[in-house]
Amino acid sequence: MSTTETTASGIGPVEGAGASAYTVDNPAPLIEPPRKRTKKSPKSTRGNFEMAAWLFMRLSGVVLVVLVIGHLLIQLVLDGGVSKIGFAFVAGRWASPFWQVWDLLMLWLAMLHGANGLRTVINDYAERPNTRLWLKGLLYTATVFTILLGTLVIFTFDPNIR
Amino acid sequence: MPAGTLYRGREGMWSWVAHRVTGVLIFFFLFVHVLDTALVRVSPEAYDTVVATYKSPIVALLEYGLVAAILFHALNGLRVIAVDFWIKGARYQKQMLWTVVGLWVVLMIGAIYPVLGHAAREVFGS
Repeated sequence: MSTTETTASGIGPVEGAGASAYTVDNPAPLIEPPRKRTKKSPKSTRGNFEMAAWLFMRLSGVVLVVLVIGHLLIQLVLDGGVSKIGFAFVAGRWASPFWQVWDLLMLWLAMLHGANGLRTVINDYAERPNTRLWLKGLLYTATVFTILLGTLVIFTFDPNIR
Repeated sequence: MPAGTLYRGREGMWSWVAHRVTGVLIFFFLFVHVLDTALVRVSPEAYDTVVATYKSPIVALLEYGLVAAILFHALNGLRVIAVDFWIKGARYQKQMLWTVVGLWVVLMIGAIYPVLGHAAREVFGS
């Protein structure tokens, strides 16, 4: 404390000496910024996948807020809540292309949003390369299966199945 | 705070933890939900039998939990977007979290009767 306060200007002895040591004829050494790309640095082989995934989470998130909260209102809150749900109720809603598109969009966005979220969770906590590989393999298999199954159900729904 | 950890505690970390936990729970429910809905391609009876379990009082509590998870994830997700894209987002992240929590409490109180009403009538009679 006492040593720094001896210089009246408040500038420590090192800074004071350093600033005056460099002139136009004797400039300070130039320090290259860290991680700067030069001609020698290898070309990036990675695209902007992580940035696209980050942006997708936000864009799909906004759409899903509307789709999912609307879905909850219809299925669990309005018109008797969960009690009214049954085959006839599903048939009534999927008779309209509007609700088919709604559910299809919700299925795809929610599955991809959730799959990317779980991919991040696996990346964060699974440390062994083999564990990561198997968990992601399982995740992608389950995701593709569920998206395809759900899509098939919406497109091939038959109200007169019986 | 233990040495060598990135976890900082307080509103920022705990909202992140809650976002993660609710997200994983919702995603696992989504798998089950697509599978149960797929039963409409099997037969109306198969679908109605499985949906009947969704109307039992115990599953109604799980549905209330699902609504809780979805509402928190949705509201906090909008907060995350505001933190990322709004220039003052990071500065007001705490205030936005408490707004999220306040809205969530109000919506959860509003959801009690619609989501749990039928279960209460079944358990206590009406």
